[in-house]
Amino acid sequence: MVVLWTDALLWLIVLGVGLAWAVSQRRAVKARWRAVFASPQAICAFIIMIIYLALGLMDSIHFKHHKDPDQPAQVVSLLDKATGYLNEQMELTYSEPLALTSFSESMQIDPRTQKPVWQKSRLHYINADIGDVATRNQHIGKAALAALVVGFVLLAGFWLGSRALAFRRNPGVSQCATRVQWVWWWSLTFMAVFITFVAILAQDFHVLGTDQVGLDVLYKVVKSVRTALIIGLVTTLMILPFALFLGCSAGYFGGWIDDVVQYVYTTISAIPSVLLIAAMVLSLQVYMAAHPEGFGSMVEQADIRLLFLCAVLGLTSWTTLCRMLRGETLKLRELEFVQSARALGSSSWRIIVRHIMPNVMHLVLIALVLDFSQLILFEAVLSYIGVGVDPTTLSWGTLINSARMELAREPVVWWPLLSAFVSMLGLVLAVNVFAESVREAFDPHGHTGSES
Amino acid sequence: MRNYFLRRLLYLIPILIGVNVLTFLLFFVVNTPDDVARMQLGAKHVTEEAVVNWKQTHGYDKPLWFNDKAQGLAKWTDTLFVSKSLSLFQFKFGVSNRGRSISREIFERMGPSLALAIPALLLAMLVNVSLALTMVFFRGSWFDRVMVVVCIMMMSISGLFYIIAGQYWIGKVLKLVPLSGYLGGWDSFRFLMLPVLLALISSLGPNVRWYRTILLEESGKGYMRTAFAKGLSPMQVYARHLLRNGLIPIITRVVALIPLLFLGSLLLESFFGIPGLGSFIIDAIGQQDFEIVRSMVFLGTLLYLVGLMLTDLAYVWADPRIRLE
Repeated sequence: MVVLWTDALLWLIVLGVGLAWAVSQRRAVKARWRAVFASPQAICAFIIMIIYLALGLMDSIHFKHHKDPDQPAQVVSLLDKATGYLNEQMELTYSEPLALTSFSESMQIDPRTQKPVWQKSRLHYINADIGDVATRNQHIGKAALAALVVGFVLLAGFWLGSRALAFRRNPGVSQCATRVQWVWWWSLTFMAVFITFVAILAQDFHVLGTDQVGLDVLYKVVKSVRTALIIGLVTTLMILPFALFLGCSAGYFGGWIDDVVQYVYTTISAIPSVLLIAAMVLSLQVYMAAHPEGFGSMVEQADIRLLFLCAVLGLTSWTTLCRMLRGETLKLRELEFVQSARALGSSSWRIIVRHIMPNVMHLVLIALVLDFSQLILFEAVLSYIGVGVDPTTLSWGTLINSARMELAREPVVWWPLLSAFVSMLGLVLAVNVFAESVREAFDPHGHTGSES
Repeated sequence: MRNYFLRRLLYLIPILIGVNVLTFLLFFVVNTPDDVARMQLGAKHVTEEAVVNWKQTHGYDKPLWFNDKAQGLAKWTDTLFVSKSLSLFQFKFGVSNRGRSISREIFERMGPSLALAIPALLLAMLVNVSLALTMVFFRGSWFDRVMVVVCIMMMSISGLFYIIAGQYWIGKVLKLVPLSGYLGGWDSFRFLMLPVLLALISSLGPNVRWYRTILLEESGKGYMRTAFAKGLSPMQVYARHLLRNGLIPIITRVVALIPLLFLGSLLLESFFGIPGLGSFIIDAIGQQDFEIVRSMVFLGTLLYLVGLMLTDLAYVWADPRIRLE
């Protein structure tokens, strides 16, 4: 078992959020969440987010693995294990999605005539019994059928399960499944069908083709999920204490504390964030190059860089939330319940923690969910500029960066870019749609503002 | 009003000093001048002599904060921090690692950068606000709903994809505009058309949605009902009353977008080979040129702060009730 910094933090956040969810007793908050999960699009988005999260969490359990007794152990993740041979570099170069042969022709020795011929080489990953396109299509058909059967069983299971539950609770009355239940079932089923289909196909084919050095694109795309989640979640963890603590105390205490906090966030937000991030990451790059001894192996180095990137992103983006919380605290401070708490002799910290923080939490939640998708998009841009994640870390930014030159090739190599595009759109869109529902449910002015 | 601006100008000084301290920490304390000299000289096996020599020619040979050898007040002023800060505040940006004057380079690259950024900003604002206004006009209809969904879709796509796809389809497949490059004067139009268009497209999603929310909130207010009750035509009400009252949040938004303009220019300039400030920064990052990055951070901050001051002027113009005291 190898625990990287980012692994630990990611698990910590997920467990923390889960725990907070489980022990939270506030009725009003629970009702709001129920309102979020009453909308079909929020449910779909939530399921997609959970799938991405599961992939990222699986990829965040690392251990040492001896492939060869002679070679030093490699650090691999649970996801690497689960994908089997996919992560091994078996092909030489590009091949199209689901292809049987390589994309371009190369010099081969014909086994019969022993003469060199110019032809497309067969991929090593594909089984020998899948000889031609017709057999391949048969395989695809079988996979689709298997996935549909899984889906049907699942849907039937949901329906029967809920029937049985309803009957046990209330034997006399026959109850129909609600619309929300159907939405859950259908979206879960759809996702299960999709994942089964891809998983079965991935056993036999390179579902999304291979890249320039012959690595499976599906594997690269799936590995990028962890990076995106860490950028989104760990950065949030970095923002939160600063913004919450500084924002609330600046608003509550006023005076010189307010002046200092305001000065700090004005200064930081005055620097265009790209420039600040570029400056900080550049500085760290040079520092790490000058002192390589303190950072361990390649994997650990890349991990430290990822962690540092989160810290830098946090440092540049806490100011907006802090400013908002300061303004809100200024308003709350004058309200009766805070005044009466003060009159009863509560200490300032107690008032901030017990009375002010719970009342700004909805703002924090909305801001964090909205920031999440922004951060994922931002990572891609930063990696393109060269101040993002380590070049050896798989992320959507590094994928796009390597894929964009491939459009200039003749014939065009389109699948790495398209894969990165679709997988990134999936997560970001899900988060954005979910954020929309969260905002509608938690924003107190939502009902007056948007739909009148 | 003049007093107000004088005070705002004075307030810039502590912020700029703070920014300066921050960059100084990053580029001179985290990485000591010795490290920087070794990095710039290349190999790990550099002679001590070469390091001293490099530091001397680049003005890195003073102590960081405190000079023992100097006399009196010079103990504090004859230091790297003071000399580097003073030269920034005098806009003497020094020379890059390649030996070119940074100030001159910035001056030359300012033109192409502005030629891209200003049309992009204005066009984006015009199109975004008009679209949002149309959506508010038809609020609740299928047009409005479809557009909201489209906006959410569009804001979920990374700007990189718009640029890559646009360059591929319009530049490579359809061959409507040159793929990349730049020429001065009127020729620049051909080269800037596509980048400006792409800047517009990538700004659509988040901005249209934001303007729509703001204008929708305004449109529920009492003066709108009054204007309709007076018998004004919908066009008059929307253009003269709604838009006028929505100007303040629109201006605020546009200024908030100025730092993002940096980002957009960074990407567009490097993709399309426009020799502006954005590609200057990217090159500097690639070459790990601290001097350039430090100057650009300073300049970028200054531009943003000046932009904020101009907003105040725009507020007064947009809303006569606002008085700057």
